[in-house]
Amino acid sequence: MHELSIAASIVETVTESASAYPGARVIAVRLRVGALASVIEDSLQFCWELASEGSPVAGAKLVINMLPVIVHCDACGVDSEIEGVQSFRCPRCGELAADLRQGRELEIESIELEDPEPGKQIGAPSPVEEHI
Amino acid sequence: MTTRIVELRRGILKKNDELAAGLRQRFTSAGVLVLNLVSSPGTGKTAFLELTLRALRARGAHAAALVGDLETDNDARRLAASGAPVRQINTHGICHLDAEMVTKHLDDWEEVSLADLNYLFIENVGNLVCPSSYDLGERIRVALLSVTEGEDKPLKYPGLFNSSDAAVITKIDLSVPCGFDRELALKNINEIRPGIRIFETSAKTSAGMDEWLAYLAEQARPS
Repeated sequence: MHELSIAASIVETVTESASAYPGARVIAVRLRVGALASVIEDSLQFCWELASEGSPVAGAKLVINMLPVIVHCDACGVDSEIEGVQSFRCPRCGELAADLRQGRELEIESIELEDPEPGKQIGAPSPVEEHI
Repeated sequence: MTTRIVELRRGILKKNDELAAGLRQRFTSAGVLVLNLVSSPGTGKTAFLELTLRALRARGAHAAALVGDLETDNDARRLAASGAPVRQINTHGICHLDAEMVTKHLDDWEEVSLADLNYLFIENVGNLVCPSSYDLGERIRVALLSVTEGEDKPLKYPGLFNSSDAAVITKIDLSVPCGFDRELALKNINEIRPGIRIFETSAKTSAGMDEWLAYLAEQARPS
């Protein structure tokens, strides 16, 4: 339900970051989203199209990397990935594990930019013949 | 055409997280314990909070509440009957409170000064999904669940229950007619958030309120 505000926030951050590379086009945005971040992938993809339309990042692909939950088990002293989000137990020993090491991420990892061809760069000086 | 990757590593809700960090600092220096109450619509957050505010007032504690709803100030009017200062936040369609709304409503709340309060309760919009992503600067996030909702609610909404510091089961006076399986509910909460404090309450009979109030007093004590 709040995927639209998340998508709008991504558009804002990416637009701002990409403005440091004038002329470049954003072709992809890569996200890291934890399994406990309460974000639905399909819904975010849908909202991304709506939120990015008409913005400088329109047409960029949203690549969502979903991350599983990783817990730290006090008994084993080991970090392990758990399957799903229905039971927070160490998969090695079966003990309950409250110490979360991964799973709540909601971040923009990177953006992929396409630079314009050198000859087509807006404002680039055109070659001048030298007359001697 | 050449392409390149630019690493950003930026939190998508960074703006909210920064505002929430600022709020948390303000709450800590004012010495006020702030709790964010989250549940589905109809769990009984308002009735539970009404009883809590009355009981705190009777014990001489200073408590106030911010209450979030899409529309209407019905809840604020109900809560104000307790005698505590209460302010309504209408989100007009937004499904959660965020740190900006809390900051704004605190800043122009002339009636209340944080330094005079022992407790500030923030009753979130009734929703078990979206509020879990938005930090409001609270010290304690409370997930509420009523016996009428079913024992598997924590399994269906792990994002919220896992990020909470305390869980409150409400309407336990209806346990028998609802066929509520208490053991299963406690087990489910504990599977999602191992070791969480759980309170079993009824706003009708005041059951469980003594334990809840003792917990509040213990948490409010400066460490």
